[in-house]
Amino acid sequence: MSAAAAPGGTGAGFGEPRHGARIAVAWAILTVIAVPLVIWVAGPHIPPYSGHSTQSSDQHTVNVVLLTAAVPVIALIWVYFGYAISVFRQRGPEIVDGPPLTADPRIQITWLVVTSVMVLALAVYGTIGLYNDSHGAGGGQGPNPLSTPPAGSTPLQVQVIGQQWLWTFRYPGYGGVETATLEIPANRWVAFHVTSLDVDHSFWAYELGVKADAIPGSDNVAYVKATNTGQFQVRCAELCGLWHGHMNSYGRVVNAGAFSSWIAARQQQYSAITKTLPPYSKVYYPDPIRRAG
Amino acid sequence: MKVLEVHPEMRVPGRRIFGVGLVSVVAVALAAAYVFGFLFGGTPAAVSAVHQNGGAHLTLQTVPSYGHAPDPDWVSYLAQDSSGHWQHTTVYRVPAHTLVTVTLYQYDSATGLRNDFLGQVRGTQGGTATLNGKTYSSINPDDASHTFTVPDLGISVPLPGVADDAKNPCATAPCSLAETHNTITFSFMSPGKGTYRWQCFVPCAFASYFGNGGPMQTIGWMSGEIEVV
Repeated sequence: MSAAAAPGGTGAGFGEPRHGARIAVAWAILTVIAVPLVIWVAGPHIPPYSGHSTQSSDQHTVNVVLLTAAVPVIALIWVYFGYAISVFRQRGPEIVDGPPLTADPRIQITWLVVTSVMVLALAVYGTIGLYNDSHGAGGGQGPNPLSTPPAGSTPLQVQVIGQQWLWTFRYPGYGGVETATLEIPANRWVAFHVTSLDVDHSFWAYELGVKADAIPGSDNVAYVKATNTGQFQVRCAELCGLWHGHMNSYGRVVNAGAFSSWIAARQQQYSAITKTLPPYSKVYYPDPIRRAG
Repeated sequence: MKVLEVHPEMRVPGRRIFGVGLVSVVAVALAAAYVFGFLFGGTPAAVSAVHQNGGAHLTLQTVPSYGHAPDPDWVSYLAQDSSGHWQHTTVYRVPAHTLVTVTLYQYDSATGLRNDFLGQVRGTQGGTATLNGKTYSSINPDDASHTFTVPDLGISVPLPGVADDAKNPCATAPCSLAETHNTITFSFMSPGKGTYRWQCFVPCAFASYFGNGGPMQTIGWMSGEIEVV
């Protein structure tokens, strides 16, 4: 290989093709093709799927935007990588030192400016989305959420209790009845108060776009407003022991009338055990001597 | 520009490549065998329910301490096979869409529930169980020694413990009916084919983290699977 054809140049050498221009054209073509595909073909399949709750719809939009913004970056890396291994590939048995690399201020400044603008813009976008739209549904905001439902709304209070390896749910507005299944009304704000009786868990109502850590002694609040009736998955998203993978169930979003009937039936079914439950509290501390071994 | 040449001593002979390849294959095979054994080798053999009067019958017992190697101090469930022998297993096989009756001899004393809600009987025929012949639908959570709970089927039965000062407590598995015990029975309809995990929800593994270590984290002791076939 001659020195003029050595890799690493910017195309300035005599007879050397304009590698930068080639890469830019390939990147532009790939980006123009990939971005619409990501938005309109892959986008609808990116979880959490929209339409289940206000929060899941917002998170879906955010995920599509983030992925779309990442496409040009990924495309540039792939194009450069593919171009380098195809054009600059060593041919023949010789291993030859390339020309020394020299800094190009234009490339460095461009790279710094573009990446900084992208990261800062996404940070602003994400922060606004987290504060205005998600209401902490993505991770819970502790006992005193910064973002709350609109003034005048009266969220249904539902306590989510994790333990190895089961979720149960208490409804303080209905005599503190505890249930083995989760049911909430559609089109009403719900405040999940997530806690644990033993180790750390994470309450994940998948289709609703709610995920909140369940920590012993902590009341982690996450809000959601389900927009359609139907079934959703309840999972544990924190590795918590032998049956972590089985710590899942299904919840249901029903209309207001059906919810009233359901909760009344649970109050009747569990009337005896409800009397023995500890008074409703944001956190619980089970007896550590008799009950914790 | 300097042309680099490969020194003869740096050339890799075919035998070395073969050796490295062979060692790599063996290492991968050993790792795969370990993972396979971890995933599938630790599950004890299943005990099948006995067919009786058109239904199926499981006979179980809980013991405060197993009394044998490898963990003589661990609390455990045992199951009776069709020949009447007690097996140290928590994997049960029952027929699908069949009424399954469980007789459970409970030899352990009370520990108490961590979540009092599990003091309610759920998912059984009539929403009840019997304790020494007397029907109950819930118990005082402090009196629970263990539970038999199948979360995916909505079945949960709290098992009251024997008195702490029982005169003739069982010390070693399998326990005999001559030793102090409670007899609990309940029935449930088995679902379609599948495997369903069950577990005890009383933190009964003393001297372990939150009472949920050791036997609570090991299939074959305080949790297992119901194979519906």
